[in-house]
Amino acid sequence: MGEFAYSRTTDIVQPKNLSSEKGKFVRHNEYFSVPPIPLYPVTIQNIIFLLVVLAGFGLFAWQVRKIRANISHGRDRDMSGDVGERLKKTLLVAFGQQKMFKRITPALLHLIVYVGFLVINIEVIEIVIDGLFNTHRILGFTGGFYNVLVATNEVLSALVIVAVIAFWWRRNRSEPVRRFRGTEMRAWPKLDANLILYIEAALMLALFLMNTADLKLHQVENAYLPGVYPISGFLTGLLPDNAATLLVLERIGWWVHIVGILLFLNYLPSSKHFHIIMAFPNVYFSRLMPQGQFSNVDSITHEVKAMMDPTYQVPTPPASEGAEAAPTTFGAKDVNDLAWTNLLHAYSCTECGRCTSVCPANLTGKLLSPRKIIMDTRDRMEEKYNSPLIFNPALYGPAAKHEPQEQLDKENHTLLRGYVTPEELWACTTCNACVEACPVNINPLESIIEMRRFLVLEESAAPNSLNVMFSNIENNGAPWAFSPSDRFNWADELYVAEK
Amino acid sequence: MAEQTAKRQINVPLMSDFAARGEEPEVLFWVGCAGAFDDRYKRVTRAFVRILEHVGVKYAVLGMEETCTGDPAKRAGNEFLFQMQAMQNITTFEGYNVKKIVTACPHCFNTIKNEYPALGGNYEVIHHSTFLQQLIDEGRVKLEGGEAYKGRRITFHDSCYLGRANNIYEAPRAVLEALDADLVEMKRSKANGLCCGAGGAQMWKEPEPGKKDVNIERTEEALATLDGNAEALARIQGKESGNEGATPTPKPNDQGSIIAVGCPFCMTMMADGVKNKERENNVQVFDLAELVASAEGLNA
Repeated sequence: MGEFAYSRTTDIVQPKNLSSEKGKFVRHNEYFSVPPIPLYPVTIQNIIFLLVVLAGFGLFAWQVRKIRANISHGRDRDMSGDVGERLKKTLLVAFGQQKMFKRITPALLHLIVYVGFLVINIEVIEIVIDGLFNTHRILGFTGGFYNVLVATNEVLSALVIVAVIAFWWRRNRSEPVRRFRGTEMRAWPKLDANLILYIEAALMLALFLMNTADLKLHQVENAYLPGVYPISGFLTGLLPDNAATLLVLERIGWWVHIVGILLFLNYLPSSKHFHIIMAFPNVYFSRLMPQGQFSNVDSITHEVKAMMDPTYQVPTPPASEGAEAAPTTFGAKDVNDLAWTNLLHAYSCTECGRCTSVCPANLTGKLLSPRKIIMDTRDRMEEKYNSPLIFNPALYGPAAKHEPQEQLDKENHTLLRGYVTPEELWACTTCNACVEACPVNINPLESIIEMRRFLVLEESAAPNSLNVMFSNIENNGAPWAFSPSDRFNWADELYVAEK
Repeated sequence: MAEQTAKRQINVPLMSDFAARGEEPEVLFWVGCAGAFDDRYKRVTRAFVRILEHVGVKYAVLGMEETCTGDPAKRAGNEFLFQMQAMQNITTFEGYNVKKIVTACPHCFNTIKNEYPALGGNYEVIHHSTFLQQLIDEGRVKLEGGEAYKGRRITFHDSCYLGRANNIYEAPRAVLEALDADLVEMKRSKANGLCCGAGGAQMWKEPEPGKKDVNIERTEEALATLDGNAEALARIQGKESGNEGATPTPKPNDQGSIIAVGCPFCMTMMADGVKNKERENNVQVFDLAELVASAEGLNA
């Protein structure tokens, strides 16, 4: 790789010849009518780039496989079928951000970053092609489309920086937005949230450095550059006029942007930011039944039916190879007792805290925080199974995640008692406010009920007043201690006015 | 008034009476444990029966054959007890060939409607708010001849198991609108409604330690809304929820304001809250059926 062996210098020289033929052909079509690969010999830079891209995606795939394995430790739950309804939901809630708009300010800020992410990804495709085949702005041949693409990209990138600053302010000012506080928002979740914002800002700045340097380079070389640059056009004055320096700056911007994206991609599995991917499957596999409907425990149904009718035959589950026997415990003590969808929730959560901010128990000062239940589930999964992550949250020390609560059981270190205390679980009013509030359809209530089931059915560990209620139902057919023979007394001496 | 109006004693018909005659009623009125035993909610049950009698619906109740749906057991995690109760009720329903059920309890409503099908019980289940709305829409209840609610300030407290759990928000509001009252909405209403604090079996236990009881938080919001007290409204937590409309201006209300509910547990929690805030003198808590029966002049 000589001084200007990199072929993009020839790009800049080449269009000079074209100006004489102007009028004969549309310029950018002419410019790119030659197949790029034979013209630009692959350099060592392209080979390095290929290795970087392969490593980036390879490492990401390796991490995703481990997370997939974690989620598959959950109990089976058939979520097939209803494809049309599920796709519609995914389109509205995930792609359409429908539930975000319950709160307009963060919804708009989030929309900017989200649309920015989608549009900028088109440019990433270009960067990858350019990097592999030593082309420069390969999509430039699309002409008008490219102008729109680059201009949109620039405007969105600037807006993303504005949104990131606003997000940072909402979290880091002296009195942050209430839902960004709370017991579960310890050192690591806080650092994670800020890291994401810093990385996003850095990626956008790299993009502007790349564009501005490229634009200025073409200006000083009096060469043509495809695309329209509404923001970088204002920034060219900030850069030196020296072509060699500009080329270096452009390369720095280009490499920082693409390597930054690959690093960010590999940071995702360690971060709450993984929601940008997991939100989609999470919404697709979310519950379709009414929120008030709690799951039925089929194994109990068989037991009850057999009790009521001695001739009842418990259907044998279809024997599949290597399948374990039906779960022997009721409810959930640890993460593997939860359905796989509940484990998927844990990886889709971006810790926004909308659930906790509407939770009646949390609002009135109880320990329960639905967000903590979901975050605990993820922490426990990574403690028990794979911590697939480069950045192992455990490295930051246990206190960095959650302050250890006194009631936590260190001996029986499971999700229940090891992370989530019965006090939190019993504070839930099952009101579904958290479920309604979650922008990506996470359902903390299901996990809470599963753990309550374990407490009651396996440990008989309900609060005493609830045990009294249970025995009232058993003995009197009512949750209160009234005699069943008084049940119809309300109808005594009842009159209606005749009209 | 009571002296001039003729009154008639009601012999509440039982499912077993119908069965003995080889007949079936149009609808089973599921009273629920609160409706049968709780002194306050018994008045709601009686009001609803007056309405049923007044419009001449062919209804019946189960009387002593009714037993808990199992809802509180299920919410508390006792799935076994829930299913025992559910199977017992399903057997009773099967015995009477029940097809349509109306109930004034959102918890019974949700459980029978959504959770009995998995155990083999499939019925058309409606909450009394929907039933009352239908009667008003059909002109069978005219809301005339009784107490006038015109201009009285009413706010409706959404119960979780009617609202979020089953997406019924409009029926109770349609009933209240028919009263021609001054309906005001709390900041946290409909899908964003705040629980009264009694759901999930909380009704039968002491709350966990905290700063405040949930019903106090909710009652404060209801009172501030009814009073048009902007300052108090601003203090109420959860002010981030957003999209709230303009704060109503305070206006004198000699007759007193009303918190309307459609659930026995909400009734208890809101009434306790009003008592706690020492506002019983000018704020009352009523169920939809009570308001309709009284507006129609059915109380005797």
